Amino acid sequence: MGAKVLLRVWRGDAGQGELTDYQVEANEGEVVLDVLHRLQATQAGDLAVRWNCKAGKCGSCSMEINGRPRLACMTRMSLFEPDEAIILTPLRTFPVIRDLVTDVSFNYAKAREIPSFTPDPGVGLGEFRMQQVDVQRSQEFRKCIECYLCQNVCHVIRDHPENERPFAGPRFLMRIAELEMHPADTADRREIAQDDFGLGYCNITKCCTEVCPENIKITDNALIPLKERVVGRKYDPLVWLGSKITRRPRHDTPAVPVKKN
Amino acid sequence: MNDIERLPYDVVVIGAGGSGLRAAIEARQAGKRTAVISKSLFGKAHTVMAEGGAAAAMGNVNPNDNWMVHFRDTMRGGKFLNNWRMAELHAKEAPDRVWELEAWGALFDRTKDGKISQRNFGGHEYPRLAHIGDRTGLEMIRTLQQKVVALQQEDARAHGDPEAMIKVFAETTITELMKDGDRIAGAFGYIRETGQFVLFEAPAVILATGGIGKTFKVSSNSWEYTGDGHALALLAGATLLNMEFVQFHPTHMVWPLSVAGLLVTESVRGDGGVLRNSEGKRFMFGYVPDVFRAQYAETEEEADRWYTDPDHNRRPPELLPRDEVARSIRAEVKAGRGSPHGGVFLDIASRRPAEEILRKLPSMYHQFKELADVDITKEPMEVGPAQHYVMGGVEVDPDTAAASVPGLFAAGEVSGGMHGSNRLGGNSLSDLVVFGRRAGMGAAAYLDSLGGARPGASDAELEAARAEALAPLERAGGENPYAVHAEVQQTMSDLVGIIRREEEIKTALAELEKLRERAAQVSAEGGAAYNPGWHLALDLRNIMLIADCVAQAALERQESRGGHTRDDFPAMSPEWRKVNLICSLDGDRVTLRRQPMIPMREDLLALFDRSELQKYLTDEELPRVPEETS
Repeated sequence: MGAKVLLRVWRGDAGQGELTDYQVEANEGEVVLDVLHRLQATQAGDLAVRWNCKAGKCGSCSMEINGRPRLACMTRMSLFEPDEAIILTPLRTFPVIRDLVTDVSFNYAKAREIPSFTPDPGVGLGEFRMQQVDVQRSQEFRKCIECYLCQNVCHVIRDHPENERPFAGPRFLMRIAELEMHPADTADRREIAQDDFGLGYCNITKCCTEVCPENIKITDNALIPLKERVVGRKYDPLVWLGSKITRRPRHDTPAVPVKKN
Repeated sequence: MNDIERLPYDVVVIGAGGSGLRAAIEARQAGKRTAVISKSLFGKAHTVMAEGGAAAAMGNVNPNDNWMVHFRDTMRGGKFLNNWRMAELHAKEAPDRVWELEAWGALFDRTKDGKISQRNFGGHEYPRLAHIGDRTGLEMIRTLQQKVVALQQEDARAHGDPEAMIKVFAETTITELMKDGDRIAGAFGYIRETGQFVLFEAPAVILATGGIGKTFKVSSNSWEYTGDGHALALLAGATLLNMEFVQFHPTHMVWPLSVAGLLVTESVRGDGGVLRNSEGKRFMFGYVPDVFRAQYAETEEEADRWYTDPDHNRRPPELLPRDEVARSIRAEVKAGRGSPHGGVFLDIASRRPAEEILRKLPSMYHQFKELADVDITKEPMEVGPAQHYVMGGVEVDPDTAAASVPGLFAAGEVSGGMHGSNRLGGNSLSDLVVFGRRAGMGAAAYLDSLGGARPGASDAELEAARAEALAPLERAGGENPYAVHAEVQQTMSDLVGIIRREEEIKTALAELEKLRERAAQVSAEGGAAYNPGWHLALDLRNIMLIADCVAQAALERQESRGGHTRDDFPAMSPEWRKVNLICSLDGDRVTLRRQPMIPMREDLLALFDRSELQKYLTDEELPRVPEETS
């Protein structure tokens, strides 16, 4: 039988809540999610925790553990001192639904605004030819499990809800980079990356990279190269000239309109 | 809170994994207003956990591959108990479905000439699995998710509302299907966040709920796998096929205990990894069964040559179908030659350079490093079998995915037949998109056949569904649902697990009888808003029904075949091959009957050598087989 650990779990809903202390058994080799499950099964049957695969592959059990954004299923109990209290709180950037579960619909709304993959309609089924070296860059970004820890930690929205409209957050700027680097994509999202999705707000502090459980180099491999592409286009003399002649300042695929309620 | 919100749709898809999303896309493209019900958030379904790849005979790596070879492999893997028409459709259509994912943005690993790369896997004669490292399921779910979003963007432009034609209801659970006479009229459930009850009023329902893993203690499945679709189908009057066939995938982590059951992809073996016992011996050479002897190497030297020269050497026995490997591992452990934590060793470190392991198996590296402090480029892994998949499922028409109840369809793991008694690795992801699409088409055609008629649910039925859902919340002093669930899992794992015998199954059935009464009397503390205890209390009904089906079918089938191993009937019987076991509900009791297998079409039979068929078919069936095959 394992020793007891002290969990201080935030319990409450959108209105209010507080940290509640629980003594829960923990065994060798366990992760935080195991201990939360034991807490549910033995002391708090209605404790709201979002989880699914318990294998670090689905990105559901995101929470803040001793203040740090983490996946509960990939955080081993051996990380903590035996007598250390473990403080579990919901993601701070998103509204609380109940206990450790937050409303992450912001992310789904942003995902829907980005113009989708746009292949050449002339390419038939099975006719795509792409080299491994060319697909590899976007493949790194497609490792993303959408845990939204990067969205949660990014200071542009973490402390500034007013930026949620103009700024899509690292996950979705990375999605734009992924599509831009997709060898078979034909759309151009460079201007909207800046104008509609707020790439300029990112001042490359790399917090997103630091919390990414998939170890994706979000800043170095997605956001900075995207910034370079945007700048490259903005100051391209031919593009500038073209925009003067045709009086059409934007050639991008337009961002998808947001539903008005 | 107790009001029921009514939502009219044409098609309701229950489940948002690979088959559910593919079905929804098809229904929406056929012009039907479609609701997708997801027990989790959108994009989190269990499909994300699939690692190895999607099997499709594209012939990109070995041009000798084609649908006929794939069909043969699938039938062999399923020990000829497969619904042969499903296996045929699957083998023929899988390449187009994989290419379609590519056209929707999926980025598969590539061959040198820029095509989709394909990897070796157990039971597949040629390299056949389209893959992305070892996270193919995630790529599939994300691609389908993003395709749904792309359709919503089209709808935003056309209708001013992205959800005009296809809407995802995240974190929503269906507890009951509604009927009007013998037809489907909708689906009743609750939204997890609030506990709000909802009635989806729709003439067509597609079940795409996946499997039953949470019936067992050690399983690689996620929490959602409580057999919801299987149970909803039974309760609506449909039938389940061959529920005794449960796949125990051979390689999962066995240590630390908290990750016991975490999948270790078959790609480790496909890419060169081998299984060893505590004496360091590659024991699989001693376990090649007669039916497979012609295709598998007898020496380590030949097996090792196969990776670079597959045309002139036979396959390593580590790549036998999953049921064979799982049984062999269990036998080694039982004989006292296991690893310290009750598994065996899976070794790729001594066989491939570290750089190659990191490139081909990044999430395996990550998983062992983070959770077990094991560096798989330097040390062997400790692995053992765990519940992974259920071959049994809703009995459907192969071409339309229609169940026996009008308006009800099923695709993916929840449907039965396609994989026979044992599924080959890689045949699940392709199954999802092949039959997901067919279910979407089937539902759309069914709606067209109805004309304007719309079946409606009765108020009495609706009231009964609401009362049943509320019961655990309103009942005071009942048992803890978590405790009852743990006992069901223990019972099934101990008594109806990987190796079965009559007395044990009978004990299990008696235990289940008692547990059923306890499950019906559990209480959930707390309120209706995001209350996992209440959710589990409702899922328990489904788990109990499915456990009963599995145990009854396991008792009835007196032979060993694929994912059903009877200690007391160790041989495979050609007579039993002709028998399907069908579960249905009579009142609230699960009943079982035998149903003859439809004989295979002659042109498909002709794809096999007579000598191979002799191993599976009865003498009476053989005269239909042509003497010589090309």
